[in-house]
Amino acid sequence: MKVHLRNPSRIVEVPGPVSIVALLGRLDLNRESVLVIRGGTLVPGDAMLDDEDEIEIRPVISGGAV
Amino acid sequence: MKCRVCRQPAIIDIRRHNANFCSEHFLRLCRDQTAKAIEDFSMLEPGDRVLVAVSGGKDSLALWDLLIELGYEADGFYVGLGIGGYSDRSGETVRAFADQRGLRLHQVDMRTDYDTDIPTAAKATRRVPCSACGLSKRHLFDKAALDGGYDAVATGHNLDDEAAVLFGNTLRWQTEYLARQSPVLPARDGFPRKIKPLVRLGEREMAAYCVVRGIDYIVEECPMAVGNKHLGYKEALNEIESRSPGSKHDFYFGFLARASQRFADAAPAAGGLIGDGTPDPGIITGHCQNCGSPSTSEVCAFCRLIERSAGARPVTVTPKGRPL
Repeated sequence: MKVHLRNPSRIVEVPGPVSIVALLGRLDLNRESVLVIRGGTLVPGDAMLDDEDEIEIRPVISGGAV
Repeated sequence: MKCRVCRQPAIIDIRRHNANFCSEHFLRLCRDQTAKAIEDFSMLEPGDRVLVAVSGGKDSLALWDLLIELGYEADGFYVGLGIGGYSDRSGETVRAFADQRGLRLHQVDMRTDYDTDIPTAAKATRRVPCSACGLSKRHLFDKAALDGGYDAVATGHNLDDEAAVLFGNTLRWQTEYLARQSPVLPARDGFPRKIKPLVRLGEREMAAYCVVRGIDYIVEECPMAVGNKHLGYKEALNEIESRSPGSKHDFYFGFLARASQRFADAAPAAGGLIGDGTPDPGIITGHCQNCGSPSTSEVCAFCRLIERSAGARPVTVTPKGRPL
């Protein structure tokens, strides 16, 4: 799947299927510090992401980068 | 995951509440928590006019939206700081938000109205940019609120912001700052009431609120602020929060309930200034001979900043916030 990261803006490829928790763990991101967005809507923490998904991982800390 | 309220599919989990929420009930939670903060700390009375300090970021736009949703008469106030493309984009975002909703927005542009900007003023006065920015914004918020007859200035400080400030002040036992950390500062001569209605909501909730409400906000942070101490404190607290949900809330609200009064008698900061150069309201000695604002000296800190940067060659910043 395509994962859009911010600050700086970039896209990384991650193989699916994978859970949100596992994906954030793989990217070494703290769940408290990000939102996962797919198609303009929030994706809950227990959701599974498929190989063809495109998601954005958005930092929520002002000034934060992911 | 199912919504705690209606058992429909949830869109967000909030671990410190040990609960999940659907869109509808998440928005209700945000409104309820804002209303509770306003009531618990007596921030506003019915009929009060509020000036919301808006930057284009998630917190201030969410706050403006929430206050309108709660029925308050809330107008916006935006300061163009002149920080390159970042300021251009943030200004466009704020104006679009206000236009789409038919809200009243007051604007000041540092370059147009004061012939300077934050990068230039910071260099000319040898202040760090965040200090020059904080000083300028507070002065301009106060002035706009008093000139416009507003009862209070509302800022988008959330639970993460307040916990991080408390963390920094506690690390260094800055008792004079601890004495003043409160979600509401009452009006004093020449200063409007200052309120922080988002203190019961975390940073992640505010970003989620904007996504759910379709609020377009500036995700990028000010390039001149990246990497500052405050950001490091937030990251440290989030590490603790991820292992022990609710820690930030308990830290901050525990301080307000059980510790803040212990610092009430702390001596004013040296030089009569608090934070980034704002005069301590407790020891104001007079008014600025230039602009009439409360001041500890003949000319207030903001007017000195403007005077000292007058005529300075404008500083251009790179996208990473470094002066060219």
